[in-house]
Amino acid sequence: MHEVDMTRCLLLSMQEWRQRHAPSVPTVRTVHLQVGDFTCVEPEQLSITWGVATADSWLQGSRLAIEPVPLVGRCLACGGSYSPSAAAGYRSPCCNRPMEEIVSGRELRIRSVDYELRASETTAPNAPKPDPNPDPSPTPSQSAVPSAVPLRT
Amino acid sequence: MHMPLEDSLGLNLLAANQHRAEHNRAHFDAWDLLCLNVMSSPGAGKTSLLERTLSQLADDFAMAVLEGDMTTQLDAERLEAVGVPVVPITTGRACHLDAAMVSGGLRLLQQRLDPADLDLLWVENVGNLVCPAEFEVGEHRKVALLSVTEGDDKPLKYPVMFREADCVLITKVDLLPYLPVDVERIAAHIHQVNPHCSVIQVSASRGDGLDAWHDWLRQQRTAQQSRSLVVA
Repeated sequence: MHEVDMTRCLLLSMQEWRQRHAPSVPTVRTVHLQVGDFTCVEPEQLSITWGVATADSWLQGSRLAIEPVPLVGRCLACGGSYSPSAAAGYRSPCCNRPMEEIVSGRELRIRSVDYELRASETTAPNAPKPDPNPDPSPTPSQSAVPSAVPLRT
Repeated sequence: MHMPLEDSLGLNLLAANQHRAEHNRAHFDAWDLLCLNVMSSPGAGKTSLLERTLSQLADDFAMAVLEGDMTTQLDAERLEAVGVPVVPITTGRACHLDAAMVSGGLRLLQQRLDPADLDLLWVENVGNLVCPAEFEVGEHRKVALLSVTEGDDKPLKYPVMFREADCVLITKVDLLPYLPVDVERIAAHIHQVNPHCSVIQVSASRGDGLDAWHDWLRQQRTAQQSRSLVVA
């Protein structure tokens, strides 16, 4: 079940996002993902693992909203788009070409995060912008939280 | 206050692993070595192939191996017997190597040698046709193996692995006389999901195709060194 390892990696990516974008520990409601059909990720398994892995962490109570992205190929003979399938051997139905170009379906993307700042932070008028030159060393407030979220299995 | 953060980021779900993989690759480039990630299902013949390749190319390249295995060091012991430095990486429950594991293996390797003295660094991944395809470790080339005993439909059943590969080795071709398998059909299925990859038929036990495989390796190494010269 490699979704466990995918989740572990997603947690680390979220941790890095928090250190770069959020001034303090936010309450994350929803993590919006785009998961392509031509990946090794099973969305339902990922959601189940997420719930287990985030228990007792700063992401506890958050949920994943997964938007599937269909596999779309482009036939290089005629330029037309098509939906490659195993049943058709991934060939283009228009010109019977192999799957040369993938337009979409390889996405494994964190599209957006819905979160609330803690009560003392809610006067901030706008969402924090990414720091173009993030300091790799944690600030004092960040150092109070673990640098990596342990995965509970 | 509710704040949708729509500029996020374009963060890849695997961004944390990707960053570490790029860090590893930067080291490989600084050391001027070619790193190859070897992947297949369990029993496709990764270790047998490496035994032959490490032995036959010993005079051509300085090589070392990072050997991934879930629970044992049996494969590492086989490769160490060939006479190359091998660092075993036991992954426990994880069914693939990730960039952090390879980084840890590199630190252990550095205790034994200077990686700048190497030409090729092999990463033998855990036997699995699914997740190793998604977890980069910093490699320059991905090599996938598919044995003729696995059937001709595997490239269509596990298309991501074969799409990602730069070279696919169809292994154990010495068994073809005993199997109802059409090897050309296997190759055709690979090219349907990845028309640009190299496909080479080999038998590690009988030696078929090893010259072509080793020529491919030399070409990749030469191409890498040519690019380094241009950049320099």
